[in-house]
Amino acid sequence: MKVSPAQRRHDSYRKIKSNLMVGLTIGATVVALIPLFFVLGYLLSKGAASVNWDFFTKMPVPVGQVGGGMANAIVGTFELVGLATLMGVPIGVGAGVYLAENRGSQLAQVIRFAADVMMGIPTIVVGIFVYGIFVKPFYGFSTLSGAIALAIIMIPLVTRTAEEMILLVPQEMREAALALGVPSWRTTISVVVRTAISGIATGVILAVARVAGETAPLLFTAFGNRFWSTSLFQPISSLTVQVYTYAISPFADWQRQAWAGALVLTAIVLAMELGVRWMTRGSARVAR
Amino acid sequence: MLDKVVVKHLRAFFNKNEALHDVSLNFAENRVTAIIGPSGCGKSTLVRCINRMHEVVPGATCTGEVMLDGEDIYAPSVDPVQVRRRIGMVFQKPTPFPTMSIEDNVAAGLKLNGINLARADRDRLVEQSLRRSALWEEVKDRLGRPGASLSGGQQQRLCVARALAVEPEVLLMDEPCSALDPISTARIEELLLELKESYTIIIVTHNMQQAGRCSDYTAFMYAGDLIEFGETRQIFTTPARRETEDYITGRFG
Repeated sequence: MKVSPAQRRHDSYRKIKSNLMVGLTIGATVVALIPLFFVLGYLLSKGAASVNWDFFTKMPVPVGQVGGGMANAIVGTFELVGLATLMGVPIGVGAGVYLAENRGSQLAQVIRFAADVMMGIPTIVVGIFVYGIFVKPFYGFSTLSGAIALAIIMIPLVTRTAEEMILLVPQEMREAALALGVPSWRTTISVVVRTAISGIATGVILAVARVAGETAPLLFTAFGNRFWSTSLFQPISSLTVQVYTYAISPFADWQRQAWAGALVLTAIVLAMELGVRWMTRGSARVAR
Repeated sequence: MLDKVVVKHLRAFFNKNEALHDVSLNFAENRVTAIIGPSGCGKSTLVRCINRMHEVVPGATCTGEVMLDGEDIYAPSVDPVQVRRRIGMVFQKPTPFPTMSIEDNVAAGLKLNGINLARADRDRLVEQSLRRSALWEEVKDRLGRPGASLSGGQQQRLCVARALAVEPEVLLMDEPCSALDPISTARIEELLLELKESYTIIIVTHNMQQAGRCSDYTAFMYAGDLIEFGETRQIFTTPARRETEDYITGRFG
């Protein structure tokens, strides 16, 4: 093939431009990843020394005493997040199924819009809201109110991912079931949702990981507790609030423990995300 | 010859759009009837009206009568779910349920309808359905594997087995071979000839040789109208209408 000098010049110019753009995008990726590794590295260097057996098994000790741990805060975080999941996931998945199966209906459009707005609401506002309608008129600061606040944050996240995952199930799959004489409700549950279940589970776990890191809404609802919380109607400690309280304190030992708490919290969230990766490995349908 | 399905003055709509204009024709029992015609002529809409799948699409409606054994399936007292159990359907693309094994796919119609068979009865049904769809020999050693692990042609025969397991009286096939290679297509066509012993079969096809090879009757549709309907041999050798002749000889348009 004969190539004219002008064509050759044009080709080499184009290749330089292409390499330049590839280089720029690689650079942007590296810059984007720096904070992640920096945060992880910094957390490890500051917190690793204070993470020990006592940290997981001992209760907080009064100022001045050395040692102690965050056993109650770790359990509290799991309790709050677990309760929030129990409340938020059924509602979120149910709403997501409705949105996906009644895509065009007016109600679906209203709900979808509301879910999008809810996702944009600052979480501290959710905290104040639950404080106003639940904490103040009823039991005061409590585990239940904290879990409700977290559930409110979870619901729109779960709703929208569940909807997206269900929409990925081909229409042919629904029709195949309907054509077998399967009623529509059963088609939705046993075929459509079942097909989308791994994607929905991914969305749920990501939402759980997300609320596990919330602090602001818990300040107004679960509040915090230096002891074990024995009832749903008592305040409860959580890792995030405990980290916050210790980090702003003037005591070196508390600040040290705050770093450890931050590290443990990050590890828990990271473990969940890695769990999702592992669970959905090899399935391309989960686009997250 | 008994008419299993009788369509009278059927008109089908997508919102305001009329896709079928006053179609009337009869489908004979234990015969294969082919519906041919260019894309968009209403073939699929017609078969989907016969098992009330048309109305599943938002905005889709129809008027007229479809009689199954002399009973109007559009009568207000009739539940579409019951109609679909008597009139099975195989789609253009193979659609095995991805979360189910081969045997679960075959038994899906019963399982999803809440009918729990004893293990032995279920196994017998699975084997019988897979034998009828000529897939048994190929999959009998791996019934627990996912349905999606089969080849396209096998998946389509799996879908036929799934439809047969519900024990329908009529089998609708909407271009069942369009995604298959010639060998798989030949297997499905052989299957049709065996199945018509026990079922009434209505097959939509783009492939005129296929209609000629395996059907007893042929309906030619164009632009939402039924142009001509008759015995396949007569339609292909001495069509009464000019449009039919042009279409089957490839001189269309």
